[in-house]
Amino acid sequence: MNVPTMAELAAQGKQPEVLFWVGCAGSFDDRAKKITKAFVKILNKANVEFAVLGTEESCSGDPAKRSGNEFLFQMQAMTNIEVMNAYEVKKVVTACPHCFNTLKNEYPGLGGTYEVLHHTQFLKSLLADGRLTIEGGSYNGKRITFHDPCYLGRANEVYEAPRELIRKLEVELIEMKRCKRNGLCCGAGGAQMFKEPEKGIKDINIERTEDALEVKPNIIATGCPFCNTMMTDGIKNKEKEQEIEVLDIVELIANAQDL
Amino acid sequence: MQYLPNILFALVLIAGIGFFTRNVRKLIRNIKLGRAIDRSDNAARRWKNMAYIALGQSKMVRRPISGILHVVVYLGFIIINIEILEIIIDGLLGTHRIFQPILGDGLYGFLIGTFEVLAFLVFVAVVVFWLRRNTVKVKRFLNKEMKGWPSNDGNNILYFEIVLMTLFVLMNAADTSFQQAGVGNIVSGFVAPLFDGMGADTIHLVERTSWWLHIIGILIFLNYLYYSKHLHILLAFPNTYYGNLNPQGQFDNLESVTNEVKLMLDPNADPYATPAETETAEVPEKFGAEDVTDLNRVQLLNAYTCTECGRCTSVCPANQTGKELSPRAIMMKTRDRLEEVGKNIDKNGEFKPDGKTLLDYISTEELWACTSCNACVEECPVSIDPLSIIMDMRRYQVMEKSAAPQELNMMMTNVENNGAPWQYNQMDRLNWKDEE
Repeated sequence: MNVPTMAELAAQGKQPEVLFWVGCAGSFDDRAKKITKAFVKILNKANVEFAVLGTEESCSGDPAKRSGNEFLFQMQAMTNIEVMNAYEVKKVVTACPHCFNTLKNEYPGLGGTYEVLHHTQFLKSLLADGRLTIEGGSYNGKRITFHDPCYLGRANEVYEAPRELIRKLEVELIEMKRCKRNGLCCGAGGAQMFKEPEKGIKDINIERTEDALEVKPNIIATGCPFCNTMMTDGIKNKEKEQEIEVLDIVELIANAQDL
Repeated sequence: MQYLPNILFALVLIAGIGFFTRNVRKLIRNIKLGRAIDRSDNAARRWKNMAYIALGQSKMVRRPISGILHVVVYLGFIIINIEILEIIIDGLLGTHRIFQPILGDGLYGFLIGTFEVLAFLVFVAVVVFWLRRNTVKVKRFLNKEMKGWPSNDGNNILYFEIVLMTLFVLMNAADTSFQQAGVGNIVSGFVAPLFDGMGADTIHLVERTSWWLHIIGILIFLNYLYYSKHLHILLAFPNTYYGNLNPQGQFDNLESVTNEVKLMLDPNADPYATPAETETAEVPEKFGAEDVTDLNRVQLLNAYTCTECGRCTSVCPANQTGKELSPRAIMMKTRDRLEEVGKNIDKNGEFKPDGKTLLDYISTEELWACTSCNACVEECPVSIDPLSIIMDMRRYQVMEKSAAPQELNMMMTNVENNGAPWQYNQMDRLNWKDEE
């Protein structure tokens, strides 16, 4: 797989069009790595000159900040900013809404100002420029519902880019009763991903999975590695994994075109 | 003796407004116990928000039933209150319906007619509100923080409005000359026949009694506000003005932390240097919020503005799945603690430590149940931000008390040691490239 690093390009005196910020989930989580690869396949297909930071990338600091550890967050942020500024990064794309939000909104105040895009926004711009075409392929006519990640949707008001990409797949996009600004959290945000939930009557991902099951989808599309985990667990809990797939939008696009 | 009613009226008015002013000053003093925060930017956008969200009720109607009923009550409240101007002038000068000859029967009748129709609509809406609160099981009115006073408070407000609207129509209905003129008695005209057969003196007595009770009721209601969740009718305006304009996902970067982190990361910094002398012996800044005085003024204004409608709690993923957290309760508890601090100051002249903090009101279980999803913030019809209080209190837990849940401590240790929330080596970050 052709994945150049910023260091390699810098050694050749080159600057990529965009930095692909992979994020921790995308780098280490087995499920999320598939999303990372699907996105890279699309980038290569569209001849996008991108690069990753590789071993120079470190946690954006999001889970530390949402846990209340501002020290750790700022340490992470400033270290990352130092690296990115050294490479004179201008544009960043990421498949993780948490990294997206943190880099886009919280890094500028600490000296790191970049144009930061969620992968769905970036692909949308490639579509608009005619650099990428999306066809339905194997997903033609399937019922797909999109789960809005909180840090993409409410946090940054990106609701349309993911939906536009899904519609291009010539599928039936069905909305859950709670969607867009009313979307229900998957339960992973605010560092909940890394701890057991407080006592209650139900897990949040089960509540959200029930929302999805109500509209009887073939596929639940997500745009966040953590939402993906939570929804996948929810579907397993409901023993529906034979009928319903949980896939990131870039996986849908890559699979549809056999990339 | 002829001027006795005028003097009495003036005294009632002064007492009512005076007491209210005293409480408003207390309110402002309490809000100023919070940290200063600069929200003087983007005045144009802020005015626009106030116009759309508070004046225009744009977020209320997202829930159509309660939203439209609320718009009726709100419009009725604002428009009918124009009538108070006439009532006050009449009361002070001893005149009767002073605007009727000034405006002429046509315009005056149109105005009073509008007020009467609105009063009727408000009456109906308030009855529906009462039924929703007390017979229809609307879930958000039944959460545990709504037991006792908060629930009674909600009903008290509705009773006030029912009584005030009734008195308004009654004083018009029993006003013989007004009924005879036949202008603007659209609703009271149907009530007037009730007095048929009564003596003129009795009817006059009914009219005067209704008039007096109406204005006294309004003054009592005005003074009830400070003790009630109903303050939102005033505070919704500043609250929407001072609301957060940044993307909801953007949390503030603590400046005090930035300075220390810069020092830590600076290879040229002398770790043994003595800190620069500051002009005053400042207490080192506390990280995060332990008590209401560590919150900022907008957060405290938020607490007073909250009318406990519970829309936030009804959309909170944690609350819906039975967790202890309720964003509305966060706001209510913040206000309760702030009031307690305020009373402490009233009593002692300055705050005398009482061995309590906001943490005696808000438990860590509530704080750690939040997913920071912003549903509560998005939902609030008056731009209250419960999430920012939760985050500031988490900061205190982690940075001052090192009291994060164990799993989060492990996550943070990993971030610190190997740059990822899990225990993977940073050097393996690009391994996915070659895996199949």
